[in-house]
Amino acid sequence: MNIVVCIKRVPATDSRIKVGADGTSIDDSQLEWIISPYDEFAVEAALQMKEAAGEGEVTVMTMGPAESTKELRTCLAMGCDKAVLLTDPDSGTRDAHTTAHALAKAIQGLSPDLVLCGKVAVDRDQGQVGSLLGGILDMPCITEIKALSITDGKATVERAGDSGTTETWTVSLPAVLTTTKGLNEPRYAGLKGIMAAKKKPIDEQEAQLGEAALTIKSLELPPPRREGRIIGEGPEAVTELVRLLREEAKIL
Amino acid sequence: MGIVVPLTLSEEQQMLRDTVRDLAREELLPQAIEIDREARFPVETFAKLAELGLLGMPVPEEYEGVALDSVSTSLVIAEVAKACGSTALGIAAHNSLCLWPIFEFGSDDQRARYVADLASGRKLGAFGLTESGAGSDAGGTRTVAVRDGDDWVLNGSKCFITNANFAETFVVTAVTDRDAGPKGGISSFILEKGMNGFGIHKGDEKLGMRGSDWGELTFADVRVPDSQRLGDEGQGFVNFMKTLDGGRVGIAALALGLAEGAYELALKYSHERQAFGKPIAKKQAVAFMLADMATQIEAARALVMAAAVKKDAGLPYRKEAAMAKLFASEMAMKVTYDAIQVHGGYGFTTEYHVERMYRDAKLCTIGEGTSEIQRIVISREILVH
Ligand SMILES: Cc1cc2nc3c(=O)[nH]c(=O)nc-3n(C[C@H](O)[C@H](O)[C@H](O)COP(=O)(O)OP(=O)(O)OC[C@H]3O[C@@H](n4cnc5c(N)ncnc54)[C@H](O)[C@@H]3O)c2cc1C
Repeated sequence: MNIVVCIKRVPATDSRIKVGADGTSIDDSQLEWIISPYDEFAVEAALQMKEAAGEGEVTVMTMGPAESTKELRTCLAMGCDKAVLLTDPDSGTRDAHTTAHALAKAIQGLSPDLVLCGKVAVDRDQGQVGSLLGGILDMPCITEIKALSITDGKATVERAGDSGTTETWTVSLPAVLTTTKGLNEPRYAGLKGIMAAKKKPIDEQEAQLGEAALTIKSLELPPPRREGRIIGEGPEAVTELVRLLREEAKIL
Repeated sequence: MGIVVPLTLSEEQQMLRDTVRDLAREELLPQAIEIDREARFPVETFAKLAELGLLGMPVPEEYEGVALDSVSTSLVIAEVAKACGSTALGIAAHNSLCLWPIFEFGSDDQRARYVADLASGRKLGAFGLTESGAGSDAGGTRTVAVRDGDDWVLNGSKCFITNANFAETFVVTAVTDRDAGPKGGISSFILEKGMNGFGIHKGDEKLGMRGSDWGELTFADVRVPDSQRLGDEGQGFVNFMKTLDGGRVGIAALALGLAEGAYELALKYSHERQAFGKPIAKKQAVAFMLADMATQIEAARALVMAAAVKKDAGLPYRKEAAMAKLFASEMAMKVTYDAIQVHGGYGFTTEYHVERMYRDAKLCTIGEGTSEIQRIVISREILVH
């Protein structure tokens, strides 16, 4: 079982985001970085599949700045076997298309049985790379899986369907799956794993970028949320609420 | 003073710190208030920490350890203490006061019998030096070990022994030659729970570190073969002084973590708490208190790291260890005290972490040598050299 997991280095979820001086990127000088939380489910799933198969190799891959070795090493400490870093100093400004092409190029060379990634990176929240990878690699792709098992070269997965239903799918491998909360509890990298991680290889290569489908013209923070207002209580307040929603908020 | 402070941590050290930070936030902080209130030693937590390697920090892989250097160990202990001082104390005592001396001073046979079990956390360790009449004055040890053929027979007692009621392996000191004085007359022994005549008793209720276990040890004709003697005969005093040098860096790191934990909570609270129409952080009196806390913490961190770097480099570090412990523990008292002040009346309640951190910090000015003893150690070093 040869598995590739794609992860992304993102600002810690409690970061205070500031727009950079260029007006099109985020000021990253004060940020702390983490592995995007949904990607951790993908790493854990890969490790579990390898353990269940009793053989195989898990390669963790990211496209990002040189500093992403820290996040890759954390995955190696959790138990991944090797890492690939597709270096791109401007990765913070790349769109999903560019990123997916770069990842796909590198993944093709590894001919994996399974490609896993988080359903979305929590920095830009676009959630496109997984599906794009399926398309570019010409593999079946199922997004937001919350259960996974593999038998006889097929993956059986569950995902949330409409109105609270659960969909079960079986796909032939190789396939691209994106992971969401509920799939597993990602393990901690133990101290032993961290010490062992320094002996594992990180293959650094320049990212072979795809063509951008979009460019950022400008970046602004959302307007600060205005203070709430209590307009009354019970049924009597409804008329006033509807009036304000129509006339002031203009959403009715 | 020729101290080298590493300005940046290696990638591996950052990973260790961040991993333990997550672990502490998710697993230790949520139970910290409860184990303090109930004075409960969290056995199940120690099983988990053992699995992740936190009970095998100072010894190499061949003994199932993780071979962390002193800088890394300090980072780990500080991160644990940020969330739960009691847990940090149990880890520190096990690693630096029991596991390390057995690895460092033990014979091949003793290493083979004890080190892997301790490093893997299959067994917890404790260190018995203090007695009811001999704390700072460890030379005043009354517990005796009398030679009888190939055996030693121990009589006496120890008090305030961290981990006592959950440990299975103990390093204890006893007088083996009354006439030789402390430096030459005291030896160390490895005892096992369950040995005939070896009693382990629950300790008194305590002010802080209530989620840490402590107890009294009693020895009534405990007979052990000479092969249980740890290190050379008569070298017990010299060896535990070396052990305490390392232990003090650990307690300094623990104090640093407690202070940092309290400071971070105070900082957060100062943004959230409104008074006179503004967050209290906008009041200069509060902002300056936070500025002082941050500055004190960084100063302590520099001392802790300096001691750890010297230890890792194989340089003498007794003075640095004592300075780090003295400064960091007194600093932690001040910072946790001010953190309560920032929290106002809420800080005085047991629903918030800061009052626990304040009580926990007090241990740091007492255990492994009081602040007064640290000053003695430092003054001896600077007056001699
Ligand atoms: C939570 C906790 C855990 C502990 N865990 C352990 C453990 O695992 N193993 C262990 O062996 N011990 C342990 N101890 C004991 C601890 O190391 C001693 O309490 C400490 O060394 C002080 O000794 P003492 O209590 O006898 O105080 P004393 O030595 O009686 O000190 C009383 C006061 O006199 C001062 N004083 C004493 N001598 C001098 C001097 N020469 N000059 C100036 N001032 C002096 C002290 O600084 C202190 O202020 C623990 C203690 C605590 C509180």
